[in-house]
Amino acid sequence: MLLRHTTAKEIERKALTINPAKTCQPIGAMYAALGIHGCLPHSHGSQGCCSYHRSMLTRHFKEPVVAATSSFSEGSSVFGGSANLVQAIETMFTVYKPEIIAVHTTCLSETIGDDLTQIVSKANEDGIVPEGKQVIYCNTPSYVGTHVTGYANQVSAMVKFFSTATAKKKNVVNLVAGWMEPSDMREIKRLAKEMEARTIMFPDMTDVLDTPLDGHYKMYPSGGTTTQDLRATGDSKFTIGLGQFCTEDACIKLENKCKVKFEVVDIPIGFKATDRFLMSLSRHSNLPIPDSITAERGRLIDLIADNAKYLYGKRVALWGDPDTLIPLCEFLVSLDMKPVYVVTGTGTPGKYFDERMIEILKDIPEARFKCGEGADMFRMHQWIKQEGVDLLIGNTYGKYIARDENTPFIRFGFPVVDRPGHNFFAKTGYSGATNLVIQILNSFMDHTDRTCPEEKVEFQM
Amino acid sequence: MKHILEERRNQVSQAGTDTRVIECNKESLAGSVSQRACVFCGSRVVLYPIADALHLIHGPIGCAAYTWDIRGSLSSGPQLHRLSFCTDLQEKDVIFGGENKLYGALIELIDLYRPKAAFVYTTCIVGVIGDDVERICKQVQKEKEIQVIPVQAPGFQGSKKDGYRIACESLFRLVGTKNKPTPKFSINILGDFNLAGELWILTEYYRKMGVHINATITGDGRVDDIANAHNASLNVVQCSGSMSYLAKMMKDTYGIPSMRVSYFGIEDMSDALYDVARFFKDEEMMDKARELVYEELSRLIPELAWYKKRLIGKKAAIYVGGAFKAISLVKALRLIGVQTVIVGSQTGTKEDYELIRLLCDEGTIIVDDSNPVELSHFVKEKQAHIFIGGVKERPIAHKLGLGFCDHNHERKEALAGYEGMINFAKEIYATAMSPVWRFTRDNSVKQ
Repeated sequence: MLLRHTTAKEIERKALTINPAKTCQPIGAMYAALGIHGCLPHSHGSQGCCSYHRSMLTRHFKEPVVAATSSFSEGSSVFGGSANLVQAIETMFTVYKPEIIAVHTTCLSETIGDDLTQIVSKANEDGIVPEGKQVIYCNTPSYVGTHVTGYANQVSAMVKFFSTATAKKKNVVNLVAGWMEPSDMREIKRLAKEMEARTIMFPDMTDVLDTPLDGHYKMYPSGGTTTQDLRATGDSKFTIGLGQFCTEDACIKLENKCKVKFEVVDIPIGFKATDRFLMSLSRHSNLPIPDSITAERGRLIDLIADNAKYLYGKRVALWGDPDTLIPLCEFLVSLDMKPVYVVTGTGTPGKYFDERMIEILKDIPEARFKCGEGADMFRMHQWIKQEGVDLLIGNTYGKYIARDENTPFIRFGFPVVDRPGHNFFAKTGYSGATNLVIQILNSFMDHTDRTCPEEKVEFQM
Repeated sequence: MKHILEERRNQVSQAGTDTRVIECNKESLAGSVSQRACVFCGSRVVLYPIADALHLIHGPIGCAAYTWDIRGSLSSGPQLHRLSFCTDLQEKDVIFGGENKLYGALIELIDLYRPKAAFVYTTCIVGVIGDDVERICKQVQKEKEIQVIPVQAPGFQGSKKDGYRIACESLFRLVGTKNKPTPKFSINILGDFNLAGELWILTEYYRKMGVHINATITGDGRVDDIANAHNASLNVVQCSGSMSYLAKMMKDTYGIPSMRVSYFGIEDMSDALYDVARFFKDEEMMDKARELVYEELSRLIPELAWYKKRLIGKKAAIYVGGAFKAISLVKALRLIGVQTVIVGSQTGTKEDYELIRLLCDEGTIIVDDSNPVELSHFVKEKQAHIFIGGVKERPIAHKLGLGFCDHNHERKEALAGYEGMINFAKEIYATAMSPVWRFTRDNSVKQ
């Protein structure tokens, strides 16, 4: 019993987090930065931060992740990290030769008050940044918000430093990708291509964190949004942000800077959210949705109808990030399942996440959800001990709960370090939703076959 | 041999041709993609396995999230160390101070779990905002009547090695606080973290010899055992990088001698047993040790011969955290016919690298505090077949078409002791000979 100390009775906790359902800003910025072609992310802080973030991303994607660090010492913490950063920029451009360096801060550099704007402009003045290359940066203190905030900050920085409006508007729609897997992005791009829509997706981790094994190691893989495309986002006629928490800020900035109107939709998980995304894309690129995509939708509905009896009324506990939890809950409700416990470490209680949850879960009065500070896995486990669930959906951190409560468990979100495939097979779009439903059904059916009384074992299910 | 970063010239050398002493123990160059971690990380991994103590991290959520269950340290009893506890500092705590939150968190935790002791880790930000963690710990200690020990390890205050030292100092505060009846012939095992149950293999060997295990620091660790550590007769120290400081403190204060051992590879494992028997000057123990070694080796050698026949000619690259392990690995690999062509560590000392240089074949590249670009260049230059390292090296090795063995704290199979040697041979064989690499080479050859 790994979590034998967890009690069903909840206690008021003001100061303590147990088993967090979130992590800190800088890793979000590092992940987003990897979605730019030829970019080397740089962590301005102690070595530990960079090492942890790289390790965590590597364990999740099973791919090499490179990022540099300012290697703060006691001296830098007292006198400021300016010298470290300038030296680092020089080292990186000389030796690792990236196109872009994306700097993000850590709690340490933020607290000692390093002014990135001033340091980077000094580096530019001193001629350390070669011709045609660039250093972008964003502020990501780890004691504000969560990893989702860091991701959003880095994406906004992409708009701030690159998006440029020229006189000519182009027939292109920007897709600002919220926190999702490279496979999810690949699927969304595929749907856009099926529609023959011209899009620029940023950040884009396809062919960066899901690269093939061919005997060569490339420090800068072939994928990622190019700086050329990033600049061209200012000329697009519309922007669709995928995921409120991760992309709204960037969309607003893009509109203010380049007069590109935008709409923020949920990440297309499940058929309602995918419908909304496709209709938005169709409307703003002025293209119809082709029959091939409608057929995919039809296949998903067919699968659900065939297996509805396994899904009906099943109680689900979920945790993760709001941008994925919101459409996921919506999808589960449309599958006639019951998301009864929802926990996320991101968000402010009483605001957007809670509002959406109230709406989506309005027909499930027993549902409980919590976001922000104090929303952790311990709280989730206590709810489960009070009344159990049939399925767990979330990142690997729910593993002990799944084992202690002997409950089927689907891995979704970040980090997933104990099951393969998430960076190769999508959960977005209709085919992604199909993949998800199949995983859910398989886990229920495996569980039944393994644990039901012998007289009930059957071939036909 | 191409030197990659000019500033790092002195941290790379070659056995044989290069007789100068390698430069090491330096701070990482800013901007280099180093594989090293920080002070907090060093102290956290050392203290983490103490299973019935509370580990509370005073800082922003990241430091706790990334060290949650980081070690793969198995416990035979309590699993308290597998939960992640954090004060989750927010902006207002950074501005107004986090001391109240720390106090509140400690009280909430101790009431809930009733641990034997508590360790409070400080992080970068706490070091900067100046929370008086020592005072809060003392206060809670008085109120709750258990040891509450601060681990003052903000990440920027040096390197991972300093983290080890700070962890040792925190452990030392625990030592000597309890007295339990301790039989003669008892030892403390320092520096084994019971990855994949390795410690249990080792304690079984010692028990067969008639040695009593007093405290295990820190694998499968218990607060009361560590508190009683001063009553043992000998400290057996593996991983000297992390524990030699504690051994020294115990020698200075309690007069307990220590010896350095390694449990990887046959020679070193046998020496670890004989050295202890020799220390106790007990003939019966020595006989039992010889018997044990004979039994194990008669099983082992024929099995290893099978692997050696098939692995001869294969070349390995080693890049690990501590240099002491690298030394054992070179020897163990030689035993199964594998030649080491690159060897490096994150935290090696001058003495370690000197030993490595004498041990290696001519032409072996020796490197300190390396990074992915360097490593991939060296591996290509030396045409290695296998890479032995940790989590960040694995995907690079795989991309290059090399087999990989994780000898770091992510390993799932025991690689220590005699049993471990077989597992090691098996793992090296399985990864080096995997058919999947044939598809890689065919791919690039087709052009």
